This record gives sequence, structure tokens and C-alpha cells, in this order.
Amino acid sequence: MNTPQPTMQKAQTDPLLMDTKPIVQVKNVCKTYPGNIEALRDISLDFPEGKLTTLLGPSGCGKTTLLKIIAGLLPATSGEVYVEGKKVVGPGPERAFVFQDFALMPWASVIRNVAFGLELKGIPRSEREAIAEKYIARVNLKGFEQKYPHELSGGMRQRVGLARALTVDAKVLMMDEPFSAVDEQTRRKFQEDMLELVANENKTFIFVTHSIEEAVYVSDRIVLLHRRPSRVSAIIEPKISRTGDPEKIRRQPEYLDVVEDIWQSLKQFLD
Amino acid sequence: MKALFEMAQDGSLFVAFGKTLEPLVIGLLISIFIGVSLGVFMGLKDYAEWLFGPIFIVAQAAPLAALIPVLTFAYGIGLVSKVLTVCVMAMPVIVLNALGAIRNTPTSLLEMCASFLGARHQTIIKIILPAASPLIFVGLRLGCAAGFIGIILAELLITPTGIGDLISYNQSVADYPKMYAAIFSIIFASVLFIEFLELIEMSLFRPEKRAI
Repeated sequence: MNTPQPTMQKAQTDPLLMDTKPIVQVKNVCKTYPGNIEALRDISLDFPEGKLTTLLGPSGCGKTTLLKIIAGLLPATSGEVYVEGKKVVGPGPERAFVFQDFALMPWASVIRNVAFGLELKGIPRSEREAIAEKYIARVNLKGFEQKYPHELSGGMRQRVGLARALTVDAKVLMMDEPFSAVDEQTRRKFQEDMLELVANENKTFIFVTHSIEEAVYVSDRIVLLHRRPSRVSAIIEPKISRTGDPEKIRRQPEYLDVVEDIWQSLKQFLD
Repeated sequence: MKALFEMAQDGSLFVAFGKTLEPLVIGLLISIFIGVSLGVFMGLKDYAEWLFGPIFIVAQAAPLAALIPVLTFAYGIGLVSKVLTVCVMAMPVIVLNALGAIRNTPTSLLEMCASFLGARHQTIIKIILPAASPLIFVGLRLGCAAGFIGIILAELLITPTGIGDLISYNQSVADYPKMYAAIFSIIFASVLFIEFLELIEMSLFRPEKRAI
């Protein structure tokens, strides 16, 4: 919410989501990697509960770093992250992560991969497999329970990763460019599924992407980051009706306007 | 080939194999057990690598056959020095492969395990060791092959026993068919053994390879 971008002011002060209680708060987070590489500079952000917030920016702008700090996988150099008012010191049960490269265990079947979060919690096998089966069906992978990751396509593998994150029933679901390793057609289908997921699951989503279209399509709120060192350059809340046919969203004038706006403001940071 | 059957029939081949296999199997078991545990330990703890790493790196680079006279001098010409020769040949590659395997665990799998709140022991048992097992087995195969070299060297250089004796004796009396038969048999045994290791690996640790 700092460093206002003049053209984006209107969207920023939008009252709609400002009222929603933030579930994740990022306060003055800085991250400097060894070798004095400054990845993040003084990031402060709120993530409203039950919404999908996207971190959008060019590659190398620190989106993933910020997400991993929120996940507790990376320590911040300074600043704090609070989830439900509690300070983050490491990964927690209220947060689940979907990895860019899927992070599936190649030696384990789909069902074991999906149930892995529960396995680590020490839930008995029959119980955790019942839960896993439910989520495997939810992501349309029924019938693939006993397959191994190398037998699946990229899109299917990421659905395994998504199902695994859903099984632990975390309040905050963090997704690190989850669709970047799948082909364009699968990606579109995924984005439609995402909307359904956000509508049906009472969860907060934090989504990282470098695709403007994808961000505008799925997000309630978009945080624009710029590069070197990464700072918040704008916060946009697309006013897009997602009630109707998912196909129609891409043809709405609002959708196209927001995509264009973001492109115009990102363009200046390209080298 | 005829010589091979003859030797098999009169039992001399099997007696020789028995003699050869005794130090070999003891040596390989010691190497596998200590080698894998030490390699894994070094992979998990930096100070262990700092402590033992240089020894094995030097050991891997050095022509270890040169150590055989030293071993003989220290431990005599019995079983101990032959077992030690096998260990000296087999252990470095097993240790270094296990170390490298542990270090090469994909970061994303480690992060995944951390994000789902895996404890340290769970991370090691459920992620690091399964992820490392293919490379550990590569080390075992190379190490066991080196162990076979070790035992034959020991039998040729220390005291002629077993297969080494068959080779050197038949060479000295110019009975070349028998010599070749002995050489062939030990090569064959070595190949069989290494295939057997691969079979163990596939059936115990690599369910995804069997699924195809």
C-alpha cells in the first residue's frame, strides 16, 4: 500500500476489500540474499481473508521469495509476517503450499503423495487414504490413485500437488506459479478450476504468477511488484463478475481494461 | 569352456570360489554397512564430512593396490588382510556416492516436507533416504565391483588362494584353458552379483520403476 502509483490510485482506495479482515499481514519485510543481493525492500501488505490475492511481477522480482517468507520456508532479513495475528517463525498447519515444480515424490504413488501431509501428521493409513481419495476425486484424478508421478502429464502432476495441499485443510493456500510448468490449454482449464475452488472452499489464496491475464482472470486483488529491489508498486482489485460462464470473463471489457492497465504500468520496469 | 566344466565337475572350482567368497563377502558386507551409514551421516552432518571427507577423497584418488603390501605387513597373510583389501577398494566409492546422494536431495522436496511440518527424522526417513537411494545403489554397484577387483588382487599378491590361486597356478603350469576358465568364472560371478544388487534395489526401493 506504499509507493503509490498515480495511475493506480483509484483502484487502491477501493473500499470493497479494505473492510475484510486481513488473515495474513506482511510488515516491513526485507530480504537480502548472501552477496548483498537485495530481493525485497520494505514490503508491507495485507491479505484479506477468503479472497484470492495475486503477487504479480516480472521474473526475478522476488514474488516467490515473498511467498516463501510467508510460508515460513525462508527467513526474512528483517520485518515480520503475521498469520491470524500470530508471528510466523516457520511453516504452520494453517498454511499449505503448492510448488512450482510440483515437488512430488517420484517413488510414491499418487495417493501416497496426496496423503503425505497427513502421513507426516501421523494419521492412520486407512483414514488418511480416505481423505486423500476424496480430494483426488475433487481434482478429477479418480482412477489414478495407484499411478506414479512419471506416468502423469504435467497438468495432472500439479493437480496431485493441489490435492495434497487441500488435504491438510489449511486456511491459507499458497501457490507458487502453479501453472507455469503446464501447457497453455491445461492452464486455462486450471484457471477455471481455480475460480471454482475459490468460490467453494472457504480459504484464502495467495497466488504467484508472472502472467497478467492469469492474474486478472483469477484474482480478487492483485499486488503488483516491481523489480530490483522488489517493492509494491500498486494494488489492484479487478471488478469482474465471475458469476456467469467462465468463458465470458475473458471477453468482459473490465477484464481487458485491467489487463491493459497492468501492462502499461509494468512496461516501464522492463529493461 | 570344457575346462570350466571339468573344474566344475571335480569340484575344484567350487572349493576355490568358497575360499574367494569368504573374505569377499565379509569385506563387502562391512563396506556396505559402514560405507552407507558413514556416507549418510556425512551427508547429514557437516562436521562429519569435514572430519572424514578428506580421507575418502584421498582414498578414492589413490592407487589403493599399493596399500596391499602395507596391509600384509600389518595384518599378516590371513583372512584379515584380504578382508581389509576388499574394504579399502570398495569403501571410498560407496561412502562418496552416499554422501553425494544425500547432498543432492531436491530442495523442493525438502521444502515440501518442511511446509507440511515434517520433523527432522521424518524428513530423513521419508524424503532424504528414498531420494538418495538410486545414487547410493550406484555407489554400491561400483563399490562391489571394486571389491571384486580387491579380492583378486589380494589373492594374487598376498597369498594365492581360491580363484586367484587357480589363475596364478594354471598360468605357471601353462594350463591356459583352466586359467581362462577361472578368470571367466570370477568375471561372471561379479556380473551376477551386481545384477543381483540391481534386482534388490528395484524390488525394495523403486516401486515406480516396477509400475511400468
